Amino acid sequence: MTVTTRPSTPPGGRQQEGRAALLDAVLRFRALGLVVALVLLVTTTWLANSRFLSAQSIRDILLSAALTLLLACGMTMVVVGRGIDLSVASVLGLSAFGTATVLADHPGLPVPLAALVGVGIGAACGAVNGVVIAYGRVPALVATLGTLYVFRGLVYFLAGGSRISAGELPRGFLDFGTARVLGIPWLFLIAVAVLLTVGEFLRRHRAGRDLYAIGSHEEAARLAGIPIPSRLLGAYVVSGTLAGLGGVLYAARYGTVDASAGYGMELDIVAAVVVGGVAIFGGSGSVFGAALGALLLTVINNALPVLGVDPFWQRAVVGALIIAAIALDRLVALRLAASLRRRDADVH
Amino acid sequence: MSTEAPTRATRAPLREALRLPRRLAGWDAAVVVLTVLTLVVASGTVEEFGTTRNATFLILDLAPVLLLALPMTLIVVSGEIDLSVASTVGLTSALMGELWANGLPLETIIPLAVLAGAVLGAFNGLLVTVLGLPSLAVTIGTLALYRGLAYVLLGDTAVADFAREYTRWTIGSLGDSWVPNVVPPILLLVTVFALVLHATPVGRSLFAMGANDTAAAFAGIPVERTKFWLYVVAGAVAGLVGAYWTLRYSTARADNAEGLELTVVAAVLLGGVSIYGGRGTLLGVVAGVVLLTSLQNALRLAKVSADALTVVTGTLLILSVLLPNVTAALRARLARRAAPAAPPPREPAHPAPAPRGPAPEPTRRDGTP
Repeated sequence: MTVTTRPSTPPGGRQQEGRAALLDAVLRFRALGLVVALVLLVTTTWLANSRFLSAQSIRDILLSAALTLLLACGMTMVVVGRGIDLSVASVLGLSAFGTATVLADHPGLPVPLAALVGVGIGAACGAVNGVVIAYGRVPALVATLGTLYVFRGLVYFLAGGSRISAGELPRGFLDFGTARVLGIPWLFLIAVAVLLTVGEFLRRHRAGRDLYAIGSHEEAARLAGIPIPSRLLGAYVVSGTLAGLGGVLYAARYGTVDASAGYGMELDIVAAVVVGGVAIFGGSGSVFGAALGALLLTVINNALPVLGVDPFWQRAVVGALIIAAIALDRLVALRLAASLRRRDADVH
Repeated sequence: MSTEAPTRATRAPLREALRLPRRLAGWDAAVVVLTVLTLVVASGTVEEFGTTRNATFLILDLAPVLLLALPMTLIVVSGEIDLSVASTVGLTSALMGELWANGLPLETIIPLAVLAGAVLGAFNGLLVTVLGLPSLAVTIGTLALYRGLAYVLLGDTAVADFAREYTRWTIGSLGDSWVPNVVPPILLLVTVFALVLHATPVGRSLFAMGANDTAAAFAGIPVERTKFWLYVVAGAVAGLVGAYWTLRYSTARADNAEGLELTVVAAVLLGGVSIYGGRGTLLGVVAGVVLLTSLQNALRLAKVSADALTVVTGTLLILSVLLPNVTAALRARLARRAAPAAPPPREPAHPAPAPRGPAPEPTRRDGTP
């Protein structure tokens, strides 16, 4: 679960080892903290209302978590490489509307083909981001802030206030949105499969490790011969593709799609990733941490109404959580750094 | 504050500094020219755009973006960012509604709104300076937090019926002219911010810490303290905008000014301020704000749908950074091809091949040691 910044620790570097251990400890602490928070939250909510752990309620949580999880995977790849993708929610909206339109206009079209359209839209959007950032050398924050506007504007342009309702979509597509295997929603299984794939990629695959290197120190990565532009382009294409897939799943799950699909969701995704311990300036964090963050946020959103908390608190809680997560990280890192220094001093 | 990798951090800004004057003048001038051009073309082609009536509305619409862009410019020049400004506007607006509904007079409420904004800004500033957290992450957090608190205060209700003399003054004009009442205070604030940024030691120190805050700290600049006060000022201005917004539309709602931070950041970057800090002018930002809002105004009058507006805003934002990058790269390539074996050109300004990838931030504030 823990991932260190450096792919391999140079031998003999005491300081390096100390830093890697420090990072390890912080991340382990983070994962543990998230699990404890999740368990506590679920237990209290369950004690308040036992229906919170009914099969239906759990399925709802898993369905909601699936989308956040999916997008958080792509976001992790991008953030690890010291970027950010604020356009994911707009890409999701564009893809959801595109898929639904294609299906509504061509009722005979096989569902996988329509899904491919949505995923393709996402990949194309991701490629636009990637080219502008990796080759045009536009800062990721600026570029994706721009495409957040552009892609959302395109959805509004295409939709023009209209909406596609469940009645216009083929039965098979909608069934897929709620279908389950052994009681687990398909959507969640897809998200988990993506999570495992991206996790494996970031942990063991060369291109994945390269992203950590780029995020840690871009100049060093370049001198080490890592093809930075193509790696970054890849990360943004994956992020776009997953947002595209998210759009397809959104359309399948909700059935009704209008131009505002997924509006503002980028905040939840960034929150999930940051709460999950992925450093916002790159180089450290794991996709599994981000998944825990996504799960925690979803459970909070579902638990608040059960606990009788005014739903208007939701956003404030998300914000407070982001700040608490980064502040806690900082404090733990400072504490650990101090204690490591003391240990080193004892040895000498 | 972490002091990692001083070598990397010190070398890049030097290279940047050599190229600075030319690029800066270039982009600034371009934005001003583009703004004037837009105004002229729109007056000529879009019916109603050139009227004094429209000018009044244009200025009223422009005011919040311009006001928020002033402290934002200073913050971005110093190498940080504040994405929470629009949420601060929303929260102070909601607070105004709550206080007004509880019977407080506006004479008390408006200073309280400004004060509340300053406190919210101080919270950002504390997290960024005392805890040393990355401002991007902090203000994404407070963007959600402050907006959330606004909803907690007002829910989905709205408070209207503010005192008529105040709402009328806010949208009213000076005497019989078309110039809105808000113009003199805005001009005053613009002048103050421009003077602070470009004519005081504090302003110079902002550029210094934006270029390299480790070096700035060693040079004796109180980096943390200055940044803290920047966030306080940004919050106070956002509180003022909250009051303006509430009175201008005569409603306090939790979703007031939602998403406005994007327009503000877009305008600041469009005005030629570098997102990595250390570069930018207030004139460019003012031009950027005018360009963005008048373009939106003209398109709206020309019956172009509001959706196209967002596409235009986004495209402009990307182009404002992409175009200079691409022209610099092209120029560098041309120069290399034209004189492969020639001695290095005299002028250091333009042939320098831009560094691959975005310039590194001076220090990492990501919480990892």
